[in-house]
Amino acid sequence: MNTKRRSFIKSSAAAGAFGVAVSAGLITPRAVMAAWPKAAFASTDTNAAIKSALGSSDTIASSDIALKAPEIAENGAVVPITVTSKIAGTESISLLISKNPTPLTATFKMGKGAEGFVSTRVKMSKTSDLIVVVKANGKLYSAKKEVKVTIGGCGG
Amino acid sequence: MAKSIKVRAKAKDGTTTVKALISHPMETGMRKNKKTGKKFPAHFIQEVTCSHNGNTVLSADWGTAISKNPYLSFKFSGAKAGDTLKMSWVDNKGASDSVEAKIK
Repeated sequence: MNTKRRSFIKSSAAAGAFGVAVSAGLITPRAVMAAWPKAAFASTDTNAAIKSALGSSDTIASSDIALKAPEIAENGAVVPITVTSKIAGTESISLLISKNPTPLTATFKMGKGAEGFVSTRVKMSKTSDLIVVVKANGKLYSAKKEVKVTIGGCGG
Repeated sequence: MAKSIKVRAKAKDGTTTVKALISHPMETGMRKNKKTGKKFPAHFIQEVTCSHNGNTVLSADWGTAISKNPYLSFKFSGAKAGDTLKMSWVDNKGASDSVEAKIK
């Protein structure tokens, strides 16, 4: 009886290890998609993320970027953001939230005819600067705004 | 995952405004299951593409910080009412969906 029990424990332990291997395997499809800048999205530093995503972290503060976001976001899970870039030849708009675990939130690449306008909803872990980086004519322009987050609060 | 995208596009004065809602969990991989203490595995949309007449008008790379059931709106010019707009997404597990909508 005892020996049987031992072998049962052994086999279940082996099955456990196998399960771990399978779930590790499941993560690999992420690496297959080369177009998605994994390093940039995994970066935990704001400047490093900008550099990794856009090639440089030298940005010029611009007043031509209108960033619409709430002053106080009651629910950090859903923060509506609207970005309007009046810079001619806007190629891409990147959103970064400096105090999120991984600051880079999204990069929107403008195709033919697309205007420098994008609106979406983001998650914010805590009160943080929201940074928008616009790429136009080979240069990077930025704008930022602080959004206060009161998670679980009863409104402010 | 059929019909995960709801998209509306409206052309006015030469500019088309697109508004889309995608239903997707957008799991960050950091949220913990309170019962087991284990983290929910990350599951989020990585790429969204929108095209009109074969031209890509917008392509987006998304991270985990996009909200659950993402909303996306953008504008482009060069389309007229009756044209077809195609939108698609791919997530980190390789799942995808696409939808076609008529511009109004």
